[in-house]
Amino acid sequence: MTDLKPDTETPVLEAVAATKHFAAGGATVRAVEEASVALHRGRIVALVGESGSGKTTVARLLARMYPVTGGEIRLDGSPVGRGHPDREYLRRVQLIFQDPFASLHPGKTVLHNLERPLRIHGHVRDRAEARARAAELLERVSLLPAKEFLDKLPHQLSGGQRQRVVIARALAVRPAVLLGDEPISMLDVSIRLDMLNLLTKLRDEEGLALLYITHDIASARYLCDDVQVMYAGQMVEGGPKEDVIQRPAHPYTQLLVDASPDPARDRAADGTADEDGTTLGEPPNLADPPSGCRFRPRCPHAMAVCAEAFPPRTELGGGHWAHCWLHADGSGVTTT
Amino acid sequence: MSVLLEAQGLCVDYLGGERSVRACAEVDLTLRRGEILGIAGESGSGKSTLITALTQLQRPPAAITAGRILLHRDDADGGGTVDLTAADEKRLRALRWREMSIVLQSAMDALNPVMRLSAQFADVLREHRRGITKEAVAARTAELLGMVGIPAERSGAYPHEMSGGMRQRATIALALACDPALVVMDEPTTAVDVVMQRQIMKQILGLRRRLGFAVVFVTHDLSLLLELADRIAIMYAGRIVEIGAARAIHDAPQHPYTRGLRDSFPPLHAPLSVLHGIPGTPPDPADPPPGCAFHPRCDRRLDACDRRLPRLGPVADGRGLAACLLHEHPEEAPVS
Repeated sequence: MTDLKPDTETPVLEAVAATKHFAAGGATVRAVEEASVALHRGRIVALVGESGSGKTTVARLLARMYPVTGGEIRLDGSPVGRGHPDREYLRRVQLIFQDPFASLHPGKTVLHNLERPLRIHGHVRDRAEARARAAELLERVSLLPAKEFLDKLPHQLSGGQRQRVVIARALAVRPAVLLGDEPISMLDVSIRLDMLNLLTKLRDEEGLALLYITHDIASARYLCDDVQVMYAGQMVEGGPKEDVIQRPAHPYTQLLVDASPDPARDRAADGTADEDGTTLGEPPNLADPPSGCRFRPRCPHAMAVCAEAFPPRTELGGGHWAHCWLHADGSGVTTT
Repeated sequence: MSVLLEAQGLCVDYLGGERSVRACAEVDLTLRRGEILGIAGESGSGKSTLITALTQLQRPPAAITAGRILLHRDDADGGGTVDLTAADEKRLRALRWREMSIVLQSAMDALNPVMRLSAQFADVLREHRRGITKEAVAARTAELLGMVGIPAERSGAYPHEMSGGMRQRATIALALACDPALVVMDEPTTAVDVVMQRQIMKQILGLRRRLGFAVVFVTHDLSLLLELADRIAIMYAGRIVEIGAARAIHDAPQHPYTRGLRDSFPPLHAPLSVLHGIPGTPPDPADPPPGCAFHPRCDRRLDACDRRLPRLGPVADGRGLAACLLHEHPEEAPVS
């Protein structure tokens, strides 16, 4: 699991076989098992999966909100410690949360919310400079005219405007990496694309490395370069987005893509199969997960070997890979 | 099919003295028996207010200030037409569950957390079928749970012992307990994952086919409705701006807002291009723009759009109804 991407460039930030177990009462919740993800300058990786799949835990491990149980986090190729991150780490790696209503100080102006990181990280010397820099940040996230927004309170802004302020605040410290945990899911549908376009701009113009966590495959396809799919704490598939989404190799990815809303779908062909009582199953309890591949209880292709061990990573060509016994002989044949 | 429910000129206001807010304005709707009508809108569009009014579940300060809601009862249930806005609580109580039921977004809040599932089904069944035997209650509960793929032995579980998806399916089963003609659903799939969402949609389609109930399904996710609904109504700033067959809404949206909303969903399989959503943000319901409330965001606005309120009327080729001056004056050229 330590095989690096065959890129020439060292990833800015990377999780290498990162494992996270939580103690919960007398039990151990095996939230993430040997998950690897590499974030490169000027690239966006989408991490997709159902809730409880461990996506958010991976982001928090990358942000060092808590230490890994096993494996390691590397910044610029160097392993980081398990202790509390220093200020330099926090400066380079910024998180954006789902709820723009909860992530700004409600009693303070936009200026104050932006000024804090600028001052803490020593990017400004006085108030006048802070105000000028804060206005620049708002311009970068297209909140115009910026000066009008500086003195507003969060409740005076719409959800989309608030999320722009959240992104501006993350940019204030001049980070190398943004970790976005469902950053658009609470926004109105008509303004989500604007936010995705803004993230694309930050990637292209500023060379930011981005992790985009979502359960919305269509938005992941729109925004990202690469996709990684997580199920019940295990990375099951990854690669260039069109390889993964249009030619999914893992049965779970196939289920996820098939389940996603798609207005282009032929309705006549749908809704007749497995309706009524049949169920598509649900993710397992991570305090007592199935042995081997955790998807096997729901998998239409489950074999005896699937219970014995988690499948190794099979390279399917062009950077596309999967952890599935169907492909472990190296044949790389998809199952559809 | 015959008409089941009609809303005529329905207005719902949040009363606040001189600062009353009109959340639903002059809504006209017709729902046929066995039909799935989708209502799509963004936050503040009035869609949730509308369905609480349709089911007479509105609470002060919300009040119906104009219009009627007519429920046409089947001859088998005694026939006749009831104006729900004029019905007293006793009358409504007799109609609830048997004629109409509701499925809410948050299943955790809709179920009683300290009652076993079986007791909650028994509550409803006993209230509406006096003298029903214990055995019949158990059999009906098992049958209802079976319809949504929950094994009968799970009926002894408390809500917190079930997954979110199972809880949501249980509330759907509960809504069907007394065989209603109408089931109103308020974003029932928003809080669940895509795989569960797909499963619930399939179950709704399958059960509708088997049992013949009509559905009013409210969501912010138009892409979902395009796959689920027979007809779709689009709400903006408290008004229905377009209503038509789901296919027509997808293939040939007539209102610029509908078109913008449709184009706000990136495709899952079709070639990708840069999309922009709709500029601006949805209006504050307390202070909607004059004329057509969408005009500040509209790329096809006419001179009169900020003064004249367009009426919901037939569009040129007979594809449903739209409220837009473009269809009242198709010969007039856009100003922008």
